[in-house]
Amino acid sequence: MDSTATRVPTLPGLAIWLPRLEAVAIPVAALIAGLAVFSLFLLALGNSPIEFFSLVFKAAFGTAFSWKNTLSRVAPLLFAGLCVALPARLGLVVIGGEGAIALGGLAAAVTGVWLASLPGVVGLPAMAFAAMAVGGLWIGLVGLLRIKRGVNETIASLLMAYIAIALMNHLVEGMFRDPASLNKPSTAPLADALRVGNMPIGIEVHWGFGVGTIACVLCWVLTDRTTIGFAARIAGDNVRAAQVQGLPVAKLIVGFTTLGGAMAGLAGFFEVAAIHGSANASLVVGYGYTGILVAFLARHNPLAIIPVAILLAGFEASSGLIQRRMDLPDATILVMQGIVFVMLLLSETLYGRIKFFRPELWEDPR
Amino acid sequence: MTRISRRTLLASTGAVAATSLLPQTALAADELTVGFIYVGPKDDFGYNQAHAEGAAAVKAMDGVKVVEEENVPETVDVQSSMESMINFDGVKLLFPTSFGYFDPHILDIAPKHEGVRFQHAAGLWSADKHPTNVGSYFGYIGMGQYLNGITAGHATKTKKIGFVAAKPIPQVLLNINSFLLGARQVDPEITCQVIFTGEWSLAVKEAEATNALADQGCDVITCHVDGPKVVMETAAARDALICGYHANQSPLAPEKYLTGAEWNWAGVYTGMVKTAMEGGTIDNFVRGGLADGFIKMSPLGPAVSDAARKQYDATKAKIMAGGFAAIKGPLKDNAGNVIAAAGQSFVEDDIALESMDYLVEGVIGSTS
Amino acid sequence: MSEDLGLWAVPIAMLGGAIRVSTPFLFVSLGECLTERSGRINLGLEGTLVFGAMAGYAIAFETGSPWVGVLAAAIAGAVFGLFHGWICRFRGVNDIAMGIALMLLGIGLAFFFGKSYVQPIAPDLPAIPFGWWSDIPQVQAALQINALFVVGVVLAFAMAWFFKNAALGLRIRVVGDSTEAARAIGVNPDGIRLWSTAAGGALAGIGGAYLSLYYPGSWNEGISSGQGLMAVALVIFARWNPVMCLAAALLFGAAGAIGPALQTVGVTSGYYLFFAAPYVLTLALLILTSTPGKAQEGAPGELSITK
Repeated sequence: MDSTATRVPTLPGLAIWLPRLEAVAIPVAALIAGLAVFSLFLLALGNSPIEFFSLVFKAAFGTAFSWKNTLSRVAPLLFAGLCVALPARLGLVVIGGEGAIALGGLAAAVTGVWLASLPGVVGLPAMAFAAMAVGGLWIGLVGLLRIKRGVNETIASLLMAYIAIALMNHLVEGMFRDPASLNKPSTAPLADALRVGNMPIGIEVHWGFGVGTIACVLCWVLTDRTTIGFAARIAGDNVRAAQVQGLPVAKLIVGFTTLGGAMAGLAGFFEVAAIHGSANASLVVGYGYTGILVAFLARHNPLAIIPVAILLAGFEASSGLIQRRMDLPDATILVMQGIVFVMLLLSETLYGRIKFFRPELWEDPR
Repeated sequence: MTRISRRTLLASTGAVAATSLLPQTALAADELTVGFIYVGPKDDFGYNQAHAEGAAAVKAMDGVKVVEEENVPETVDVQSSMESMINFDGVKLLFPTSFGYFDPHILDIAPKHEGVRFQHAAGLWSADKHPTNVGSYFGYIGMGQYLNGITAGHATKTKKIGFVAAKPIPQVLLNINSFLLGARQVDPEITCQVIFTGEWSLAVKEAEATNALADQGCDVITCHVDGPKVVMETAAARDALICGYHANQSPLAPEKYLTGAEWNWAGVYTGMVKTAMEGGTIDNFVRGGLADGFIKMSPLGPAVSDAARKQYDATKAKIMAGGFAAIKGPLKDNAGNVIAAAGQSFVEDDIALESMDYLVEGVIGSTS
Repeated sequence: MSEDLGLWAVPIAMLGGAIRVSTPFLFVSLGECLTERSGRINLGLEGTLVFGAMAGYAIAFETGSPWVGVLAAAIAGAVFGLFHGWICRFRGVNDIAMGIALMLLGIGLAFFFGKSYVQPIAPDLPAIPFGWWSDIPQVQAALQINALFVVGVVLAFAMAWFFKNAALGLRIRVVGDSTEAARAIGVNPDGIRLWSTAAGGALAGIGGAYLSLYYPGSWNEGISSGQGLMAVALVIFARWNPVMCLAAALLFGAAGAIGPALQTVGVTSGYYLFFAAPYVLTLALLILTSTPGKAQEGAPGELSITK
C-alpha cells in the first residue's frame, strides 16, 4: 500500500522528496535490471543487445516518426488501464475491459451514422457520450451484480467481455452492416465531420492521446484528492470498516465500475472515430487485456498509467524494426516485455526497505 | 469487363507507362526495397504462408531487398508498420496482404507517401475513389474451389460435402458456391453444409466445426479460414476426405487429400517487382486465374478415381482456355431467388462476383 | 456410413464437445484450484498453457513420443509455477499482477521458441474408442476419448478426496485460509504455497499439451483462444471445489459445441450469439447460484483476488 502519506516528516523537505525519489528510482532501476536480464537472453541466443536496444530506441523514441508511432498507440492503453485501475481502488479485479471497448466503439459508430448530418461539435460529443454510456453500463453491470447478487466481478467481467464481443460481431455483420463493406464487414463509414483529427503538436497523433492523458489526470484527482477517492480507498482496504463508518460502499462500487467502463467505452470511441471510421472486428485486438497489465504496473495510480502506457507503446512500436533488421521473431518484444514487467513487479518488494530513502532511519537509535 | 491478367501486365511493362494516367512512381533505383506485411504468422499453412512464399521468390531476385513483418493487426499497427518500413527501410513497394488493411489503413497512409507504391491483395481499387499509388490484385481462386468440388463430387458417398468458413464475405461465398457447383457437375443431388466460425483464425472452433460437419455425414471437407491446418487434420482424423485451400496441405494427410486450390503468388510478385525495377507502371487493378498463373492446383491425391481425374482434367482445360463460368443459369440461391436466368452466366473475371452476397441452391447455410 | 440424426445431432455433438474441448479447461482449473486453495493466485496459467502446448509439441516431435511431450509440458509448467511461487514470496509483490506478467512472458517464450515447430508434424496422443457398443458413427466419434480426459476426471475426484481427508490436503487448506494459523500449527506456508503453485503449473502445462497433441492437435500461435484465463476464472465459478471444476469444464465444452451443431441442423443465423453460449450459460448459472453478500463463499481466506 501507499505509505507515503503517513510517514512522519522528521526532516522537512527530505522527508517529502526522498519517498518521491524512491518512487522514481526503484522502477527505473528495475527497468534497467529487466533490460539487463533480457540482454543475457539475447546474448545466449547469439544476438547483440546493443544493436537490439539501439533499434528499440530508434523505432520508439529516436525520431519524430518514432514518437508518432509510439504515441499513436497510447490512447487505448490509457483508457483500458483506467478501466482496471478505477475498480481496483475498491479492491475489485475487473478484467473484462475488452468487451466495453467493443460495445463502446459500436455505440459510437452507430450514433455517428445516425447523426451523420450533424456538425462535429455536436456529433462527436454525442458519439463519445454514447460510447461512455454503453461501456459504463456494461462494466457498471458487473459492479451491480457484485452488490445485488454477490457475483464475483473477475469472472463476471471476463464472461461479459466474451458476450459483448459476440454481440458486437453479431450486430456489425447483421443489423448494422454496411452492404458496401465487402471484404471486411463494418458499419457504414462515418462522415468526415465526425472523424477525430490530430492534435496540433507537430506530429500526427490523434486527440485520443490528449483526452486520455487528461482523463488520467482527472481520475487521479478523483481518487487521490477528493473525499470520494478517500472513501474508495478505505472501502478497498476493508469493506467492513468502511460500512461501519457509514460509507456508501454499494454506490462507490457501482460508481467506480461505471466510470471505468465509460473509460473503456472512450477507447472504443477513439478507435472508431480516429482510426477505423467505422466499427468492425478490429475493435477486438486485446487492448482490454493490455490494460490489465498497464493498471497493475501503475499500481492503480491513474497518473502512473501515463508513463507506463507510453513505455508499453514504445516497446510495441519497435517490434517491426526488430523483425526486419535483426530477423528475430515478433515474439521477441513479448519476451522483453515479460521480463521487464516481472522485474518491475518484483521491485515492489524494495519499497521502504532501502535505508537511503528513509531519513527517519538514518539516526539509528540502536 | 476487360480481362487484366498477368500476361497483359507483363506485356505492358514500360510501354503503357506513357499512356497511363497514373503518376510515375519513380521506382527505378539501384536496389529496390520491397515490404510485405502479414496479418498472421507466415508459416500458417494458409493465406499468410501463400503470400510469404511469394515474398521468398522476390527475395531470390537480384537487386531486391525484402523486409517482412508478421502478426500485424488491422489497426493503427499496420499503419505504423507501413510508415516504419517507408521511413526506416526506404521501402518503395509495399504488399500489405490482409483484406482488412485496405480501407481505411492503406487509403489513409498512401496519399502521404506519393513515391511509394501500395499493392493490396483483394482490394477493389477504383480510379474515381482511390489514390493512384495504390493498386489491388487478386486471383480467381473460386475456380480452384470449383475443381476441388469436382473431385469431391466423385469422392462423396453420402452426397454431402462440407465447408468450414470464416465469415460470409464475397470471397468466401464465391468459394463455397464454386465448391458445390463443381460437385454438382458430377451429381446434382449433392448438397454442401457450411459452418461459419466467425473468425479468420480460431483453432478450437475450426476443429469443432469440422467435427460437426463429420457428424452430419459430410465425407469431403474443405474450408476458407486463414490457416486450414486444423480443419484438414481434424477432417482426416474423422475419416473424411479433404480438399486444400490457400496452400498445399497434402503433407498433413497425404492419403485423404484429393487436391487443393492454391495461391501462386511467386510469379505475380516477381512480375510486379520486375516491372517496378524497370521503371514501369504496375496496373492499379490486376486480376488473374489459373491460366494466368495466379492460382494453381495441388497434385491429385491417391483417393481421386480415374473418372474424377478425367472430368477434372477436362474442366481444367476449359478453364485454362478462358471464358469459363461456374456461376451460370438457370441458377437460384438457397432462398429461392433467381441468381441467373437460363443462358445468363458470370464468367470468372466478372467483377459482379466480387460483391457476391448469396449462397446457391444446395448450400445449407445462410449469409447472416 | 453415418446416419442422419436430425435434431439428435445437437445433444450428441454436445456430448462429444464436452469430452473433446473440456480437457484443457479441466487441467488448468484443477491446477489453479490447488494453487488457490493454498492461498495464492496464478493468473498466468494462460501463458503456462501456451508454453506447455509448444513444449509438448516440440518434444513430442523431437522424441517421436507424445507421452514424453506431455511430460515435458508438465515439467515446463512446473518451472513456471515454481518461479511464480518463489517470486510471490517476497513481501509487497502482488501475485495477481505477477501472474499477468508471467502470462505475457510464457506466451512470448512459447511463440519465440515455437516458430520452428509450426510446420513439423508431431505424433498425436492416442484415443480410446469407448463407443464400441454403439452402431452410430456419430456416437462412436463422440466417445473417442483421450486418456488425459480420463486422468483429469479421476484427478478431480482424487483432489476432492485429498482436500477433505489427506493430511497434506488439510495443511494446504489451512495455509490457504490463514497464514498465521498455519504457522501456529507448525506448517511452513511458504513451502506449501511454492509446491502448490508448481503443481498447479504442471497441470496447466499438461492442459496445453492436450491442445497441441490431441485436440485440435497442432502447434500454432492461435492454438489457445484464452482457455487458460477462462479456466482460472472458472475456479471461482466452481467455488474452489475440484469436482465442480470438472462440472464447469464439461459445461463449457458442451456449450461450445452448440454453435457449430446448430448450424448443421438448420439454425444458421445468429451464430455469433450461439458461439457465446458457454459464456452466457456460465454467467446465468453464476448469477443464479450466487447469494447477495456472500460473494466469496468458499474462497480461501488468504486469496488476494477475493480478499
